[in-house]
Amino acid sequence: MNMAQNSTFLFYGFLAAWVLMLFYVISLARRGARLKKELEDVKQLVNSSQKDRQKEIPSRVR
Amino acid sequence: MREKLAYGLSIAAAAMFTYTLYRIFLMLPDELMQGAIYRIMFFHIPAGIIGMIGFFVSMTMSIWYLSSKDLNFDSLAASVVEVSVLFASINIVTGSIWARIIWGVWWTWDYRLTSQLVCVLIFFGYLALRRAIDEPTQRARLSAALNIFGCVDVVIVWKSIEWFRNNHPGPVLSIRTGGGQIDPRMDHTVYLNLIPLLLTGIALVLIRTRQEATAREIDSLRRLAHAAA
Repeated sequence: MNMAQNSTFLFYGFLAAWVLMLFYVISLARRGARLKKELEDVKQLVNSSQKDRQKEIPSRVR
Repeated sequence: MREKLAYGLSIAAAAMFTYTLYRIFLMLPDELMQGAIYRIMFFHIPAGIIGMIGFFVSMTMSIWYLSSKDLNFDSLAASVVEVSVLFASINIVTGSIWARIIWGVWWTWDYRLTSQLVCVLIFFGYLALRRAIDEPTQRARLSAALNIFGCVDVVIVWKSIEWFRNNHPGPVLSIRTGGGQIDPRMDHTVYLNLIPLLLTGIALVLIRTRQEATAREIDSLRRLAHAAA
């Protein structure tokens, strides 16, 4: 058995495990940031549509 | 609270990894037949175990969802499946690298390898299905059905090394054999490395379920905005 190749592939094995884990953590962080921004946008949209309705109601009463 | 718990678990996992990596690389000797490459098993086996446990946990959550119709169980099932697919993928990739040295090939259509690959593909399909359906209750119902179906294959993965004799080594851990298959120090190290990997998995699930809750909140706010318009 080639000991140098053996150690190199051991390194590849550990590297692959950590890289996969790191990719997932990065994708999780990016998704989290996107969801946070999306939530703020939707909240703004809901607030603005509620304000529009409140403006409409007094004009109807008049 | 949930984020603090996730950070706490990550710190505990990092501290334990420091010890287990020290043990794996500096305390344990090379294996007589395999040399240094056998050390891959300290990630390969725990990753496989966590993947399997995760798939069973997600199946339980899916059954609870089907009986209670509570979407929180559906979110939890989806989060656990995603993290379990990560661990099952780590299991396949590290196993393939080990096989290249020991068997001389990257892949062989062995029962264990094939059933694990099918398992990962089924659960990738589960994640793709969830992206394809917008309606939350329909998405939850269909993905719960696929989750339960997928867990049949997890049982095949688990038992395949007992049912069929192939290239993949048979059971070696003391929990399945009662001991005597590998050096007890190596056996203990596999269990020790299982703990930080499990803590990492739980932390990832906690973060992922938080994101699922945020996605549901966005969905309900969108409906509200749509109704108000």
